[in-house]
Amino acid sequence: MNNRKNIRVDLQLIADMIKPGSRVLDVGCSDGQLLDYLVNEKGISGRGLEISPEGVNQCVSKGLSVVQGDAEEDLGYYPDNAFDYVILSQTLQATHHPDQIVKDLLRLGKRAIVSFPNFGHWRVRKYLFFNGRMPVNDTLPYEWYNSPNLHFCTIKDFIAMCEEMGITIEKSLALDADGKAHRIRTSLFFANLLGEQAVFLLHKD
Amino acid sequence: MTTDTTIAKPPVLNPYDDGFPTLKAILASDMAMQLDCGAELSEFSMAYQTYGTLNDDKTNAILVTHALTGDQFVSGINPITQKAGWWSLMVGPGRPIDTDRYFVICSNVLGGCMGTIGPASINPETGEAWGLDFPMITIADMVRAQALLLDHLKIDRLFAVIGGSMGGMQALEWAAVYPERLFACVPLATAAQHSAQNIAFYEVGRQAIMADPDWCKGRYLAEGKLPRSGVAVARMAAHITYMSESALTQKFGRRLQDRENITFGFEADFQIESYLRYQGSTFVERFDANSYLYVTRAMDYFDLAEQHGNGLLAEAFKGTEVRFCVISFSSDWHYLPEENRVIVRGLTGAAANVSYVDVVSDSGHDAFLLDEPEFTRVLDGFLEGAARKYGLPLKGEG
Repeated sequence: MNNRKNIRVDLQLIADMIKPGSRVLDVGCSDGQLLDYLVNEKGISGRGLEISPEGVNQCVSKGLSVVQGDAEEDLGYYPDNAFDYVILSQTLQATHHPDQIVKDLLRLGKRAIVSFPNFGHWRVRKYLFFNGRMPVNDTLPYEWYNSPNLHFCTIKDFIAMCEEMGITIEKSLALDADGKAHRIRTSLFFANLLGEQAVFLLHKD
Repeated sequence: MTTDTTIAKPPVLNPYDDGFPTLKAILASDMAMQLDCGAELSEFSMAYQTYGTLNDDKTNAILVTHALTGDQFVSGINPITQKAGWWSLMVGPGRPIDTDRYFVICSNVLGGCMGTIGPASINPETGEAWGLDFPMITIADMVRAQALLLDHLKIDRLFAVIGGSMGGMQALEWAAVYPERLFACVPLATAAQHSAQNIAFYEVGRQAIMADPDWCKGRYLAEGKLPRSGVAVARMAAHITYMSESALTQKFGRRLQDRENITFGFEADFQIESYLRYQGSTFVERFDANSYLYVTRAMDYFDLAEQHGNGLLAEAFKGTEVRFCVISFSSDWHYLPEENRVIVRGLTGAAANVSYVDVVSDSGHDAFLLDEPEFTRVLDGFLEGAARKYGLPLKGEG
């Protein structure tokens, strides 16, 4: 069994935002690494939603409560305010209607935690600027034609969407290439340039 | 000297309950059991088997609920067929439903013909088989009777109820009606209500049985007959729905049965015909025709949302603390993955603790009875996770 105490850095940032003992839904929970950590280290009551059968099998085999389904079809079946936190980690960019999803997250959870790759990172900008082609790197490993990602955004874009939708940003962190977290509030310009990934803690107004 | 001309009628026996070894409990002897149809049953017999050992706290019991034509011989050797029990792959020492750690109970359903009271049992008032005088039963009645069996065994709470197909309906009914009596619920390849398509298929089967002159309006046992051809057709029609189109093609295709060429007649030229005829003809030996009518009807009447949730499935499970694991099979067209998803959505709406996997399989509805490694892994993982939560020993700790 994996050592639960060491999870991916971006997942650790999410985990740190969650109060022990709360009710958590992880949307797009993949193989259940984060959920497993939260259940076992933070004593949360956890549920997951995952589209890939392999992911769901791994989760259920670990004893996690995970449903095979598509966030864009199935979130609608969850009742309002059923969770304290709803997590959407590294999945937003692969949805058809990111704004709808974020709205749904905040319907069924008091808070939502959203993480995504930042398309405003300087390497991405540089790649596009000098190569004139869609960026391919470690965090964005796909060619444009086989990418599951449909809607890329920058940290600035995401903040603008939240403002438009009347969503309060409670916490926001940018993760640089070395895996160090920076508070976005300190300097949005630098965060949007240096952050490879971003993690937002949101709640309704 | 006058001779007595009345010849004593030979006693009518239930040919399907001919003294094979099985456990039997007499239930509802103090108080009659109320059935949904309004009738009552008292002092009735329920046949069951148990596997493994009940622990001192009585916390390790699992009830396995069987499908339409299943029986109580879920594991070990079936004394009638001398073959392995119908779910030996899943239930046994070291299996996911591990009889080294769990106490597994499987009972023949109410209305069945393997030792539990059903239409082939003898009605004490007439001395003949009940036949169509047997009261109509429902899935809820089956579950009520199982609850009485647990009382009889002095088990308050089950660790899990697990069942596929009609067994899955019973598992769902258990969770809806006795949520405090089970910790986990595993409905497999099932539905929360019978679809029009399923009612239609079973109606074909029932009509085939009732159209057979040897059915004798349900009194064939008293008349010393068996509606062989009717039961065979019913079984053939149902059997098709248990297999996927691709499994049929792979297994039989258009291959001919023991012949080089088609015969320009109505013999079983094709292997699939021969297979279905064999399945049909052997079925009547082990299954009572009237039981088939009653039990299929119970499935048709099943509608969990309607019966327990005013039309809303989520209502039927409101506030439930039971942990669910729903599993469907991608090529199942008897109980479609979508019908299983309806269950999952209902449970989700009730904020229940639910896992769901649609196992990719070619084997159709029958997949839940077969060796499907992915299915085994998921069920095993779910039960281990549930056992940990419930404080039962895990694998290797037993």
